[in-house]
Amino acid sequence: MLKSIAAAIRRLSLTIVAIVAVTIVQPVLAADIDGTIQLLTTDGYSDTIEAIGQLSTSGHPRALAIVQALSDGKLQFSDSAKKVYIDTGAGLVDAATGDAVATPPADVSDVRQNNRVRGVVQAALGALSLFNPDPQKRREAAEAVFKSRDENALPAIDASLAKETVPEVATALKIARAAIVLFKSDAAEADRVVAAQAIQVAGTQDAVALLRSLPADAPKTVVNTAQASAKTIENNLALWSTAQNAWYGLSLGSVLLLAAIGLAITFGVMGIINMAHGEMVMLGAYVTFMVQEVIRNHFPSLFDLSLPIAIPLAFIVSGLVGVAIERTVIRWLYGRPLDTLLATWGISLALQQLVRTTFGANNREVGSPSWMSGSFQLGQLSITWGRMWIIVFALVVFAGLILILKKTPLGLQMRAVTQNRSMASAMGIPTPWIDALTFGLGCGIAGIAGVALSQIDNVSPNLGQGYIIDSFMVVVFGGVGNLWGTLVGAMTLGIVNKFLEPVAGAVLGKILVLVAIILFIQKRPRGLFALKGRAVEA
Amino acid sequence: MSWLKSIASSAAVAAALAGAAMTVSVANAEDTIKVGVLHSLSGTMAISETTLKDTILFMIDEQNKKGGVLGKKLEAVVVDPASNWPLFAEKARELIQKDKVAVVFGCWTSVSRKSVLPVFKELNSILFYPVQYEGEESERNVFYTGAAPNQQAIPAVDYLMSKDGGEVKRWVLAGTDYVYPRTTNKILEAYLKAKGVAPEDIMINYTPFGHSDWQSIVADIKKFGSAGKKTAVVSTINGDANVPFYKELGNQGIKATDIPVVAFSVGEEELAGLDAKPLVGHLAAWNYFESIKNPANSEFIKKWQEYTKNPKRTTNDPMEASVIGFSAWVKAVEKAGTTDPDKVIDTLPGIETPNLTGGIAKVLPNHHITKPVFIGEIKADGQFDVVWKTKDLVPGAAWSAYLEGSKDLVADWVTLKCGNYNSVTKKCGG
Amino acid sequence: MITSFLLGGLDRKTGIAILVLALIGIGVTYSNAFLADASPLHVSTGNMLLFGKYAAYALLAVALDLVWGYCGILSLGHGAFFALGGYAMGMYLMRQIGTRGVYANPILPDFMVFLNWKELPFTWVFFDHFPYAMLMVLLIPGLLAFVFGWFAFRSRVTGVYLSIITQAMTYALLLAFFRNDMGFGGNNGLTDFKDVVGYNIQADSTRRVLFALTVGFLAVGLWLASSIVNSKLGKVLIAIRDAESRTRFIGYRVAEYKTVVFTVSACMAGVAGALYVPQVGIINPSEFSPANSIEAVIWVAVGGRGTLVGAIIGAVAVNWGKTWFTGVLPEFWLFALGALFVAGPLLLPKGIVGTLGGLFSFGNRPSRVVPTSPEPAE
Repeated sequence: MLKSIAAAIRRLSLTIVAIVAVTIVQPVLAADIDGTIQLLTTDGYSDTIEAIGQLSTSGHPRALAIVQALSDGKLQFSDSAKKVYIDTGAGLVDAATGDAVATPPADVSDVRQNNRVRGVVQAALGALSLFNPDPQKRREAAEAVFKSRDENALPAIDASLAKETVPEVATALKIARAAIVLFKSDAAEADRVVAAQAIQVAGTQDAVALLRSLPADAPKTVVNTAQASAKTIENNLALWSTAQNAWYGLSLGSVLLLAAIGLAITFGVMGIINMAHGEMVMLGAYVTFMVQEVIRNHFPSLFDLSLPIAIPLAFIVSGLVGVAIERTVIRWLYGRPLDTLLATWGISLALQQLVRTTFGANNREVGSPSWMSGSFQLGQLSITWGRMWIIVFALVVFAGLILILKKTPLGLQMRAVTQNRSMASAMGIPTPWIDALTFGLGCGIAGIAGVALSQIDNVSPNLGQGYIIDSFMVVVFGGVGNLWGTLVGAMTLGIVNKFLEPVAGAVLGKILVLVAIILFIQKRPRGLFALKGRAVEA
Repeated sequence: MSWLKSIASSAAVAAALAGAAMTVSVANAEDTIKVGVLHSLSGTMAISETTLKDTILFMIDEQNKKGGVLGKKLEAVVVDPASNWPLFAEKARELIQKDKVAVVFGCWTSVSRKSVLPVFKELNSILFYPVQYEGEESERNVFYTGAAPNQQAIPAVDYLMSKDGGEVKRWVLAGTDYVYPRTTNKILEAYLKAKGVAPEDIMINYTPFGHSDWQSIVADIKKFGSAGKKTAVVSTINGDANVPFYKELGNQGIKATDIPVVAFSVGEEELAGLDAKPLVGHLAAWNYFESIKNPANSEFIKKWQEYTKNPKRTTNDPMEASVIGFSAWVKAVEKAGTTDPDKVIDTLPGIETPNLTGGIAKVLPNHHITKPVFIGEIKADGQFDVVWKTKDLVPGAAWSAYLEGSKDLVADWVTLKCGNYNSVTKKCGG
Repeated sequence: MITSFLLGGLDRKTGIAILVLALIGIGVTYSNAFLADASPLHVSTGNMLLFGKYAAYALLAVALDLVWGYCGILSLGHGAFFALGGYAMGMYLMRQIGTRGVYANPILPDFMVFLNWKELPFTWVFFDHFPYAMLMVLLIPGLLAFVFGWFAFRSRVTGVYLSIITQAMTYALLLAFFRNDMGFGGNNGLTDFKDVVGYNIQADSTRRVLFALTVGFLAVGLWLASSIVNSKLGKVLIAIRDAESRTRFIGYRVAEYKTVVFTVSACMAGVAGALYVPQVGIINPSEFSPANSIEAVIWVAVGGRGTLVGAIIGAVAVNWGKTWFTGVLPEFWLFALGALFVAGPLLLPKGIVGTLGGLFSFGNRPSRVVPTSPEPAE
């Protein structure tokens, strides 16, 4: 497979060299690409790869458009007409001429790709983009060359390097160049040694792989330098991996925080053992799904805004369900916390089944908006956007909740009612409504947690079940009734878990964390941040 | 006497509830053949099993339109074992003893099958099990219409080692920690080593059920994959854990062209639950894909969507296995002229019924069936594009030749009348 | 002294309950053995197995009610003791299979052959001896409860903190038993049993004996629990439940009382598990799942906390409802069960027995069920 990619790139790069060397004033005489087109209509992967190769050497003005269309999955063919078309969205155009086709044949179907074809197409397009006006594209192109390290791309790289003004892209180009030189068996030994050192700058796992895969027949000095470089990078990476684990831990911690924070209100502050908490999270996730359904069907352009729209809606839906539960069931059960366990367990069963009968038992698709997809590099730290936003979001929700409790009249009344109900009532606070609102607030926050969790987990009726135990664990570990305890508890558990996981494995790591919680509670029987005073013993 | 009174009053409450419930069950006194459906409709497995319940109801509906079987209508008896393994055994007993069903279609997980096995043996009834599984079993009362490891795992690895598959040299075997992945990975490990793969080029990783935080593991896979050799992941990750796994793969930018993932438990149903665009090119190995163009398949999909009144309802491999099981049973009953379990069990081996991909599913003496194997690549619309398939039908093997304990075992219920005949000691196991 | 202790347990309510259990035990086995299938009073083997399962659950519920109803220890991990007892029994039954396994290995259970294990792990060594296995049924849950309780109660972990760490305990065990490397069969657990102390486990006669034993042990468990509750020890336990600090200040060693009763309760749960396994034919890690332990708490709450007899009624009623609903209302049974759980505390706040006992209270003083504490849990 590598060979075929390399072959395709070689042809492409020849074209590029030609383009770079001679500023073309007039289009190359439209070479005859009928034969190539024929190849694309045979529905065979090898033929398609062959066709990509031929297209790139043809210098045909349509070549780039055809390869691009193939990459986008918009290239179609007709076996009966032996023609290839590009689907522009508004209709088909003939791939070879660019003319619109009024009546396409009946048997039009996609030119199929497998991973091998995709690899060739990507490499081809990557190499072509070395002269793209967009620096990001040029950088990707340099990385593509780094991976394929095709000797024939050398002149193009050099030409591109000479013109490059953006430092990051220039670095990427230099590394790509070094990779080619390192593997070029007829290059001077000294050059290759320099190249092996130069690759060290890349510092990535890929670079280690490249340095390690040097053929055994290379000169000894080159091999030694390459090994030394690889070692340096690896040592460096080992340091980064600690930071990476810490990041994973924070990310897991933020998920735990989101899941637990609503419970910190309903259970921590109000004392209701709310087994239906997980279902509130699930409802939030389903609200996200419904919002996205509406947006997909009616306002596709707004898709990136689906989460900001879903957040308030999820809060309202889960919050209202919470208020309804409080008003109809829980208010009869104050002072009987274990009966709340029983009743909310029943509610949780019924809610799960309700969602199952309404939406079906299957997972529902919740997409990620573009700003939550992909990742970026921070040094050697690979940070995914989605996880980063979830951490930010969890902290914002936490801060918002603290503000509500500490700075608003509602928060004041909530604290008053939970601390001393009769006194609060005597002061004229409508305690039943404050109860309902507090419970609604806790459930509403669980709902917005659901919006975030829909991005990383299944949206299914079982969503909430997966988080309920962890949530209780976090709240209790942090200390019931203390929001800061929940924050610190969630982050601690997340980070400890992620540092244990590489050593002990995922399952054993989790068991160790649970045992650690049990032991910790022996040491501090009221959690991390224990409430003090006589009220506790009541 | 308060206690007796309390019993009396609770009995009264229960009786009232029961009375209410009775009105729901259909009073059906006419002569029908009862068919048991034992799939979880609630709990963790409902996500996969509900569809299979619908499939059997659909097939019964279709069969009744054709006049039923042996001149009698079929009647489905649906129960909910609620993803609770002991409850599976209890419900199986209820179906066979109380409802007197002629056959049961059910189970998904290995443990649910293991749980009901003694019941089916004791009460001598028939179970059709429609899911790909770890093999290492052949019971007289069970017919396995899903894939055995040699009908799914090994062809998938063969494909990845081929030129079209990318000539993979380094392997990550990632699975959920239960018996199906454990066995499949054991078989694959032995197979890969036999093919000359060095032990350091195989990484095995197990995670618990419903694992949702894949950051570290995906990062590990990425690291393992950057050793300069083409790397692929063979995933036996189960059900719920797949969505977060694939989301993490997409987020960490692992593309199918870099490290392809071939999965044995991810089908159209699972993909319907996530955005497939970042997953384009990752693979799955099954014996059926919805996208396979074939008159039988198109007609099935059309009728299925009409039946479920949902034009977007997908189909998948375990559904096809259920369909094959059902039609094989109908054919056997018609051939035997009775629903008597012993006669049907004896008639079933040799029964041939068309599958949905244009081939013939033949019930083998070891109670498995013949199947084609397809490798599909995920497309952006959540369907699969078949990139490779076996030339011939592959007969299901109950016992793997690559496992130490089972390489001498043979299952043959026609001539040997034994599910685990040891060809070395010439004895039939317990 | 022991006689007076045991006689103290035979209060009116318990006496009637034991009598009823004895009648059920004899009646059901008799009817299953001697009445014709067509007879309306005939109890089929399937139903007898079902009742046997309920009886095992009921014993678990009694064990839970002993610690929760009378000592205020809300254990959300009692399912773990039940499952450990079950595993001890399961391991014995696995060893009894011998060469009748699919791989015909005389020593190793099938799943070990399957995973290419070469020798029996030390945890399994003596489990082919019935007395040893039965000792383990008591010892393993008892020891775990003792160690766990000793540390937790000495550190004065109470209320919801205790509940959550018991839940953490059962959850950790769930994950551990899921691991195939542990050597307990992983997710599939232990199944396909052949016989118990030489008798075919699928024979109706063996099943009758098992059923009678289960009901018998339930009666014994109830009697024992009732004796504890009615003894001086029981009074201290109730004092601890209602005012732990005060009891401590008076001079009672609260931690030791709690540890003892917790250990006794765990042993009872272990026995319940051991009786459960041969009747349902499988033990696997899902028995450790926290939801199962919560369900056990619910049985007790439905039946009436702190009544012992209520625990039995609750366990049977809820499980019978579950069996019934999953059969007749497969798609909607969770609504029915959910509604039952919501309606229970609203309409019968003290559970079935607690409420009805209050209505017709003569003879027995209704136990104080619900302390009105503002704290999250007790």
